[in-house]
Amino acid sequence: MSGTFVGMPAFPEAARTAVRNPTLRGNLRHATHTIRDKRARAVAELDDWAALREAGKRIKDHTLRHLDRYLVQVEEAVTAAGGTVHWAADAQEANAIVARLVKETGESEVVKVKSMATQETGLNEALEAEGIRAYETDLAELIVQLGKDRPSHILVPAIHRNRGEIRDIFRSEMSEWGRPAPEGLTDTPAELAEAARLHLREKFLRARVGVSGANFMVAETGTLVVVESEGNGRMCLTLPETLISVVGIEKIVPKWQDLEVFLQTLPRSSTAERMNPYTSMWTGTTDEDGPRTFHLVLLDNGRTDTLADEVGRQALRCIRCSACLNVCPVYERAGGHAYGSVYPGPIGAILSPQLRGTGSEIDASLPYASSLCGACYEVCPVAIDIPEVLVHLRERVVQGGPAVRRGNRVVLKPARGHAAERAAMRAAQWAFTHPGALRTGQRLASRTRRLHPRTLPGPGRAWSGSRDLPEVPAEPFRDWWQRTRGGKDGAK
Amino acid sequence: MSSRERILGRVRRALADVPADEAPLVRGYLREHGRRSTAETVELLAENLADYRAIVHRSTDGQLPELLMRLLGEHGSGSVVVPPELPAYWLEAVDATRIHDRAANTPQELDRVDSVVTGCAVAVAETGTIVLDGSPDQGRRRITLVPDHHVCVVRVPDQVVSSVPQALERLDPTRPLTWISGPSATSDIELDRVEGVHGPRTLEVVLVEG
Amino acid sequence: MRVALFLTCVNDTLFPETGRAVVKLLTRLGVEVDFPMGQTCCGQAHYNTGYRHEAEPLARHFAEVFGEYDAIVTPSGSCGAMVRELYPRMGERARAEGRGDTLAATLAPVVPKTYELTEFLVDVLGVTDVGAYYPHTVTYHPTCHGLRSLGLGDRPRRLLEAVKGLALVELPGAEECCGFGGTFSVKNADVSAAMGADKVRNAESTGADVLCAADNSCLMHIGGTMTRLRTGMRPVHIAEILAGTEEAVTV
Repeated sequence: MSGTFVGMPAFPEAARTAVRNPTLRGNLRHATHTIRDKRARAVAELDDWAALREAGKRIKDHTLRHLDRYLVQVEEAVTAAGGTVHWAADAQEANAIVARLVKETGESEVVKVKSMATQETGLNEALEAEGIRAYETDLAELIVQLGKDRPSHILVPAIHRNRGEIRDIFRSEMSEWGRPAPEGLTDTPAELAEAARLHLREKFLRARVGVSGANFMVAETGTLVVVESEGNGRMCLTLPETLISVVGIEKIVPKWQDLEVFLQTLPRSSTAERMNPYTSMWTGTTDEDGPRTFHLVLLDNGRTDTLADEVGRQALRCIRCSACLNVCPVYERAGGHAYGSVYPGPIGAILSPQLRGTGSEIDASLPYASSLCGACYEVCPVAIDIPEVLVHLRERVVQGGPAVRRGNRVVLKPARGHAAERAAMRAAQWAFTHPGALRTGQRLASRTRRLHPRTLPGPGRAWSGSRDLPEVPAEPFRDWWQRTRGGKDGAK
Repeated sequence: MSSRERILGRVRRALADVPADEAPLVRGYLREHGRRSTAETVELLAENLADYRAIVHRSTDGQLPELLMRLLGEHGSGSVVVPPELPAYWLEAVDATRIHDRAANTPQELDRVDSVVTGCAVAVAETGTIVLDGSPDQGRRRITLVPDHHVCVVRVPDQVVSSVPQALERLDPTRPLTWISGPSATSDIELDRVEGVHGPRTLEVVLVEG
Repeated sequence: MRVALFLTCVNDTLFPETGRAVVKLLTRLGVEVDFPMGQTCCGQAHYNTGYRHEAEPLARHFAEVFGEYDAIVTPSGSCGAMVRELYPRMGERARAEGRGDTLAATLAPVVPKTYELTEFLVDVLGVTDVGAYYPHTVTYHPTCHGLRSLGLGDRPRRLLEAVKGLALVELPGAEECCGFGGTFSVKNADVSAAMGADKVRNAESTGADVLCAADNSCLMHIGGTMTRLRTGMRPVHIAEILAGTEEAVTV
């Protein structure tokens, strides 16, 4: 998937197209508003939500500050329980490891549980190039895969599709991949779910290799946890003989007990349920139950670079619940594709430019894809201050400065295209530290106010294309204050 | 240099600015939500199971064989998977063909079985969750996954806890664990929940006293 | 108590009537308020656009101009949040960059003394009924920084509810951002405009004739959208409502 994001236009252009698509606007509005209210109710059921959120934040911060120790610990525990641990510094290495492991089984197809890490590495395309077919089994991932589409949401990658569109995709595409859609398939969600059940059943039953990610890895026990709804996860995690899990290094929690926090906050934040239908936990391999071979691939791919940034590293606390997407007014209108990454929405706007750097146009534009309204921070179950990181990344874009890329310290140059803005900011800074100059400017504006248009030409159209300009008053406040001594002279 | 050394080296360099001192973790959240009697906790479990579309039955130990016979009969089950050490009397009234949980069973064979009956490790009242840990009365993970009808017997109040923290205390992480809250479901179509995808589409939970 | 009005550069230049309303209101409540002529801009636009280093001299200037007052009152949730929430952060960042504690120490005194207007009225003066009269149907939009950064809560609502003649009606989707967001409004003009249009449609659906907020930057965006969409509604700053009296209306 990542390959299809190369050459994405910067966020404002991509968002412009989305804003003008009424079907997309309608689909996103309906879905995000549905889940928003439900989440609020699910969270309100727990009167210790603030304490759970604080504990989640602290556990993740503690893990990150001792990440080297916990990585070694999880490696030892998984190995002791019968698993094999691999380390991948980047996407390419992770994909190569998985391709090699699949080939070693002699198989040429795998079933996949929805996994952000393998979306991020573009695993499906890499496997395809090696002659291995990867079947997505999560319903939304299936819709995306059948529709030759890109994911637009962390939890519900096909959120941009409504039921009618899903029916059409199933009808026209399922036969290309296996069992065709049932005759006379309608657009009721229950029938669509049933069609997916039938289509994927044969693939699950014959699968010899499963590929997954994980929501959590417990360092002290070596336990991996996958949180899901449909049962496709359980199918992939238990029926195949070989299981390969690709997991970002930040997914660790130190102790078994730590799960008690996240198993309460994650389901309520993501699907607004007290508990999701299925959660699987496994520690290495078990005799005669589930896969005989288990491989864990620990993925860096920009995470250690993110860890090196003392403001930005809090993004690594993310548990991928997607509450920030569902509540974001910008995401609701721009849609997930505009973010040019498998991580859309507010969390994507701080994660992608850190994992990938701010070198490309899309990545340099993401920190600005927010009105800084703070709704994302408010709902985040691990209290990631997304507005703080956005502003920090804006600074990196316009000012450059020290950063770490692929493990190396570098000094970034300010991004191009901000020269005029920088000059304006510096001019304003000068005026604002010289009140006399500010006052001269204000008076000039007031005296020429009859000449001011309510709309602007050129770049000013960005404002006045949709909004009238305010009228400039006859005198600025400070003149009135001085003239009337704060109104004491009785003058109006 | 191996990728292992490379990644661990990057982590250590990335953390160079982090001060050594660190406040200890305070778990300021609750061990359980609200105060309830044992009977109220069991009632809450039943309510929350039903809220996520599990079908809940109450029974005494003595009534259990007849209830299980009725449930399998009503479902029209001709065959049922049986974990190795399911108490024998549970199914003494059942006519359906017993398929024993064996390593040699293929997924295709399990797909032809109508139902499965298991015990459980623990049940969580606040979330309406049952947890299986692969003990001999529960069997391999796949037997509660492939058949379309799962009947799970919970001994109340012994196997019931209030909360997620209490459930984790009772569970052994070295065992393969499956947490189940209602039948399989999805929110993937317009972010609205629909029951019935890949896992069992019918989940019946029997709360047995005594 | 020496009280300073921190009007903000936007209000000073474009919305002086809000400043006059704050002065009138506070004077009526027995507070003698000063307007330090040296004041300019808190640096919020610089900071939020990524020019933190350029914002620092503005923050130091602010601390110098307002440092001697006992309370600093501003009719802007976002500028209030800049001082209260982001000045401490600027100090921390300077420290992290190895530039010592000077900036943090310079900015620290003004942080706890800065109040958004409705906070000052309710928390410091302890009033919710300010003796105002405003015979209109009003809907209230809580601006994001007032709502989420400062935690103004129900203070504005309590003040409005006590105004004679005023009918307060609920705004659907009230807590959703209007789409202004400072430079966001021009850098992502299409999304900003779409958010603004939705906000205005929600406001229109209430049947109110006035949309009230405690921040003129957001009101400039909402108001500009209202006139462009030719609604009959007006944007009005809460200070102007609270300053209104029966005498003023009859005059």
